[in-house]
Amino acid sequence: MAKTRVVVDPITRIEGHLRIEAQAEDGRITNAWATSTQFRGIEIIMQGRDPRDAWAFTQRICGVCTVVHAVASCRAVEDALDIRIPQNANTIRNLIHGMQFVQDHVIHFYHLHALDWVDVVSALSANPADTAAIARKVSLWPNNSETYFREVQNRLKTFVGSGQLGIFSNGYWGHPAYKLPPAVNLLAVAHYLEALDWQRDVIRLHTIFGGKNPHPNFLVGGMASAINLDSRATINAERLTDIHDMIARAQRFVEQVYWPDLLAIAGFYKEWAGIGGGTGNYLAVGEFPEADVRDPGSLYLPRGIILSKNLSKVWPYDEKLVKEYITSSWYEYSKGDDAGLHPYEGETKAKYTGPKPPWTYLQDEQKYSWMKAPRYDGRPMEVGPLARMLVAYGSGHEGARALVKEVLDRLEVGPAALFSTLGRTAARGIETVLLARRLSVWYDQFVARIKGGDTSTFNGDKWDPARWPAKAQGYGYLDAPRGALGHWVQIEDRKISRYQCVVPSTWNCSPRDKQGQMGPYEAALVDHHPLVKPDQPLEILRTVHSFDPCMACGVHVLDATGGLVTSVRVQ
Amino acid sequence: MYLPTSHAWAEGESLGAYLDKRGVSRRDFLAFCTEMTAILGLGSMMTPRLAQALAAQKRPTVVWLSLQECTGCVESVLRTAEPTIGDLVLDVVSLDYQHNIMAAAGHHAEAALQDTIAKNRGEYLLVVTGSVPLADGGIYTTIGGRTAKVILEEAATGAKAVIAIGACAHWGNIQAARPNPTGAVGVDAIVKDKPVVNIAGCPPIGDVVTATIVHFLTFGRVPALDYDGRPLFAYGARIHDQCPKRANFDAGQFVEAFDDEAARKGWCLYHVGCKGPATYSPCPIFLWNTRTSWPIGAGHPCLGCTERHFWDTMTPFYGRLPDVAGFGVERYADTFGAALAIGAAAGVAAHAIATGVHQMRQRRKLPVLETPSQGQGGGHGQD
Repeated sequence: MAKTRVVVDPITRIEGHLRIEAQAEDGRITNAWATSTQFRGIEIIMQGRDPRDAWAFTQRICGVCTVVHAVASCRAVEDALDIRIPQNANTIRNLIHGMQFVQDHVIHFYHLHALDWVDVVSALSANPADTAAIARKVSLWPNNSETYFREVQNRLKTFVGSGQLGIFSNGYWGHPAYKLPPAVNLLAVAHYLEALDWQRDVIRLHTIFGGKNPHPNFLVGGMASAINLDSRATINAERLTDIHDMIARAQRFVEQVYWPDLLAIAGFYKEWAGIGGGTGNYLAVGEFPEADVRDPGSLYLPRGIILSKNLSKVWPYDEKLVKEYITSSWYEYSKGDDAGLHPYEGETKAKYTGPKPPWTYLQDEQKYSWMKAPRYDGRPMEVGPLARMLVAYGSGHEGARALVKEVLDRLEVGPAALFSTLGRTAARGIETVLLARRLSVWYDQFVARIKGGDTSTFNGDKWDPARWPAKAQGYGYLDAPRGALGHWVQIEDRKISRYQCVVPSTWNCSPRDKQGQMGPYEAALVDHHPLVKPDQPLEILRTVHSFDPCMACGVHVLDATGGLVTSVRVQ
Repeated sequence: MYLPTSHAWAEGESLGAYLDKRGVSRRDFLAFCTEMTAILGLGSMMTPRLAQALAAQKRPTVVWLSLQECTGCVESVLRTAEPTIGDLVLDVVSLDYQHNIMAAAGHHAEAALQDTIAKNRGEYLLVVTGSVPLADGGIYTTIGGRTAKVILEEAATGAKAVIAIGACAHWGNIQAARPNPTGAVGVDAIVKDKPVVNIAGCPPIGDVVTATIVHFLTFGRVPALDYDGRPLFAYGARIHDQCPKRANFDAGQFVEAFDDEAARKGWCLYHVGCKGPATYSPCPIFLWNTRTSWPIGAGHPCLGCTERHFWDTMTPFYGRLPDVAGFGVERYADTFGAALAIGAAAGVAAHAIATGVHQMRQRRKLPVLETPSQGQGGGHGQD
């Protein structure tokens, strides 16, 4: 059978613009290319700016995980200027980032990923009584009645009958890869709708501390939201109660809706535990410092590296071993296309060599993406929930081990099942449960500290640029919902002279490097990967969505000398 | 929101009939309309007309293009304030193309777009988030191998009206900040032959989007706009003139450093860089995220994100706005008020005096700090 060329562009239900090209043969994917088709150049724009403003600029890299670049930027500048933030500020950042994880992972599951597994049209033929019986067996959630599911189904019936299908137009409904019985499809559709209301509520935690969401405000040196129990305009008991209740509602939804749904749906797709593994190398920089951000030992989710799927050994992480390559990317280096550069030496000249739009294929091109290719000690690394849960598992993290065991037992599969498309989706759920529970611990610590009289939220010792050294550089790590993130900042004469970010989707969506090693998306797509109907590439969506792509993050440049040179070769 | 399944609607059915069937009482609906009327600044006389217009609407088609952006504006719209009826009214639309939530991908998604545009020519509402990079032939954002500019021009041709949501679609936003490496511009630099409403902000409050769409459906035209294409009902007043901390400003009660005693009292943030005096935005009135709070309310200075080129004109963000014409009174109030504020009672007096003087000056239309659009990448209407 001849090779079929497959193009999926746009990949929808993600952040940003992603294109996947593949070759398929006899129902299998034999080759794959991942392309970022957007470039914004934010780090060029940051040059010469006040380092205290940097968080706001980098925050605009992504409005979905709207916290992560802001916090990583604050940490980088605080590292460069040796600023220690108060414990309260650290806890507030953990609460904000923790809620970001929980909210973002739930949205990913229901609104971005679910339609890859859930056939909305099939839910029409469900018996709502069956759905209620299934739901009651796995969860105490109050909306588990037959009446409730019938109501949802009636809405759906009227909607489909109207002929205006809106966002459900042209879905791959009826595709043979959909395996859920109608009753479970109806369950998922009902919770798809409930999750929409839920996410709007719990994210208000960001608004209380940061004034708004998306893009809450942060501050180098701490947080701007002052604490005063006797003022109506600050963090006070009323605000704390609101936060407490939001955390409780977040936990309830995660434990009574998301987690049971995830396990129920996964049970019908066990074959996906053997599909879409990919590189087998995993990197977690670790997240949620519970004491000092400089102390990796205080990270709630640990730091480390897993190589070649070997869970018995967690290797230490050293940021000095991160390098970026451009062999397949639309940039050029002064040392040539095969050089690898550490972010502190990062240089970039955008150089588009692709075909002139409109074009049809990129797979014959040497360079085919706006993503650079980050490598750790020369290796492509997968980052994200799976990497973090594997590192936690390998490091003996009790909470992670217990939940991993629960998943494996329920699905009756061994640990090797983790290295897969299904493993990635399950790891995201495990992590959500862990963090939803952890929010209470941080909240209690926060309240206890206030009770003890510590209301400090900001360290202003180095606020005045006159107290900064003439030259400084710093590294801010952060493990974001989509994976390991690093910001590297260099400051000269009190202004940013170089700013580099190596972000989760650059790791995961990276193109081939000089050795021809594929990036994690590409490697996953050729790992025992089916594609039954090339004109309805549902399976590609499953594996790509299991990474939760966030493309706006991926493309960034700042030239060492400040001069952006762009040249375009049009074919 | 935007989930037709949650509020199924039969073809040809009016909103009134639909609401009846969904168990939404006429009273609830009128209460919602009253709220919308208030947000739109229309006065209670308009409530019956709004209710009538909405109830008669069929579901008009909306096409939503996501171009060069961060998706924050989509997220903001997902957080709109009215949890039940607000969803219903946004559901007045049939959202036939939207990258972030639509089921279809690749060819099937693009087919949905072409189909929608062809079938609803001249009738659909085009919503755009993200800027349009023009440099180097538009190669910095492509979808399905086509440039953002080509995609926008094609979708705009058959649109009845265009709503540009967020600073990127408005003027290019951070991409267009100095030195604008990709040549990013806003929608109104490309679409010239029909109304473009700019819902300003990075991101804007989702409720402003809701209200603008309701306005369009109710009155069959876009709301009145300011010089920069922004709806007056939302962007008609300075933050400074609506700020709950205004009394502190007038009384000379300023935060001088974050987390100082003044910050813990919730005083004015002008000295630590607040751009409220130069920013037209509904933040202090609409508030954010189901009216939970807003940036200044959470202790951080306003960044001025509803104004063009704020990355260049409002930075450094923690620098105090320069003394410009229009600040004379406030500066006076600053010094004068600070002296008086030693006594609490005197502070109240200072507030009264300064506010009165300020209002007089406002009535005389003295200039306030306007945001110049000298940045790169094309100002409003290409200047």
